[in-house]
Amino acid sequence: MDWAQIWKIVSVPDNVPITLLAILVPFYTWYGLRQAIATDKLIGRLQADPALAKTHHRKIHPYLPEWAREVPVWPYLLKIEFLAAIIVTLFLMIWSITLNAPLEEPANPNFTMNPAKAPWYFVGLQEMLVYFDPWFAGVVLPSLIVVGLMVFPYVDASPLGLGYYTIKQRVIPLFSFGFGFFIWLLLIFIGTFVRGPGWMWFWPGQHWDHTRVIYEVNRNLPDVFGIHNVWLAGILGVIAVVGFYAGTGWGIHKWLTRPGLNQKLYERTSLLQYATFQFFAITVLAGLPAKMILRLVFRVHYVLITPWFNI
Amino acid sequence: MSKPEGEPKSATLLETAKEAVQALREDIKDPQRTQIWKSIFRVKHERSDPRTRSLGVLGNVFLHLHPGRINRDAVRYSYTWGMGGITFYLFVVLTFTGALLMFYYHPSKLQAYRDILYLEHDVPFGKLLRNMHRWTAHLMIITLWLHMFRVVLTGSYRRPREFNWCVGVLLLVLTLLLSFTGYLLPDDQLGFWAVTVGTNMARATPLLGSEGPFGPALGMTPYNDVRFALLGGSIVDANALLRAYIWHCIAIPVIASIFMIVHFWRVRKDGGISGPSPVMLESEMKPQAKGR
Repeated sequence: MDWAQIWKIVSVPDNVPITLLAILVPFYTWYGLRQAIATDKLIGRLQADPALAKTHHRKIHPYLPEWAREVPVWPYLLKIEFLAAIIVTLFLMIWSITLNAPLEEPANPNFTMNPAKAPWYFVGLQEMLVYFDPWFAGVVLPSLIVVGLMVFPYVDASPLGLGYYTIKQRVIPLFSFGFGFFIWLLLIFIGTFVRGPGWMWFWPGQHWDHTRVIYEVNRNLPDVFGIHNVWLAGILGVIAVVGFYAGTGWGIHKWLTRPGLNQKLYERTSLLQYATFQFFAITVLAGLPAKMILRLVFRVHYVLITPWFNI
Repeated sequence: MSKPEGEPKSATLLETAKEAVQALREDIKDPQRTQIWKSIFRVKHERSDPRTRSLGVLGNVFLHLHPGRINRDAVRYSYTWGMGGITFYLFVVLTFTGALLMFYYHPSKLQAYRDILYLEHDVPFGKLLRNMHRWTAHLMIITLWLHMFRVVLTGSYRRPREFNWCVGVLLLVLTLLLSFTGYLLPDDQLGFWAVTVGTNMARATPLLGSEGPFGPALGMTPYNDVRFALLGGSIVDANALLRAYIWHCIAIPVIASIFMIVHFWRVRKDGGISGPSPVMLESEMKPQAKGR
């Protein structure tokens, strides 16, 4: 275990925010889920007791009927905002005094940094370059992620769970977003802590050996089946991609319509909403991890090979 | 007060001055009665009166995005996490420190790196200024993600807030672009290679990149494709530095500010903070959405 190597990566000034992220994301996940669990308990109680549902104030917060429904923004909200501004400013001051922003040698096109890494918030994109060609990993997939995020509210037809933390009423959107967020953080983790010189795979704690050579042969999917004819390879690739879409789509459909889940939600969803969700779920949420596993575990480079582009 | 007949003029003057001083004393005791105060603040700030407190918020240009009164539970930190507000505050900090940094920075290959050295070693508080700009930018990305995360957890992105969510996604993209363009400006190895890696991907853009699918078929070369447009050349050099500078300091902040105006305005217009609202039960849900 090369602790010096780990410390070297963690203590790079530009990587310090990852440590902050590693603290804040679990904290706020816990903070939100704690309220979600409390709300779900309340929902369970109200569903079991319709009489209570008619009279209950329906929030997890303390409640007395004589309390005013509204409070003046000054001072009740503004004091929180001013306090937040002061705390954040203090935090930034301390951070800026104790840690210096990095400055390397002057830019030199003749001397390539190894590894040349993007800042941590982009390192996920850089890591995607391992699994897809640049046109897909660098351009199409990021665009799909942005568009996918933007269509997210339009494919979610459920009126439930608006304005409060809950898991029970929003299993599908929470899982979809949570899984995507997890993959994104995982890519950042791999890109930062695992990828070393030559963008090779070094386990955390393994020394970054600049002279290391990996004798690893990546194969294309047709080669695995011993197909070398261009036409047959192309047809196999198309079959594999179509099969992946059909299989994953079927799996997601089973999950969306499984018994126990509210049938009304499915009925409210239009065909267009459903198809859009399936497209993004299969392409981004399932396609990316599938290609990662194919590459990392089975050393498969391309699935579909055409004269114009490869996937 | 009547003037007694036959008194000398100077005595009257003294009397008037005394009166004026007396009036001034009264004003100092209660400045809210003065014309100056009233002209600036319009409303009195009575501690005990909720109505004037609301008017104070509504009549203030910096606070007018707030309503005068708000749901009792909506001020809970546990619900909002305050991440949207903190993100905006960090943007303000970045604008302020960024403007100060601009006083010391020339976007040219000859000067840029030396300016950073100058900032670090000679400019009073220059190092603090640069550190703060950098770490605020990093923190802003974290708070932005957390803000987004909270909005997803509470389902607040849905009707009637779908459009505002889209504006928020665009703001996320703009923030990342701001970080990316700023990364090149010190003109050191770190920024140079990060931007080289980043813009090399643009080469592979389908249809518009010289190495992307169907790009060469459309006549794309390294000298006319989308990467060339980004860098103002075929390599990361002086033109790229200037372009990054202008995108970073002028174009993207202006575009982001416009989106922010829409974003904040829509928060109010779409009904304010989404909750905490009373829970809705599955049994109360209609099978078909209305008006579709």
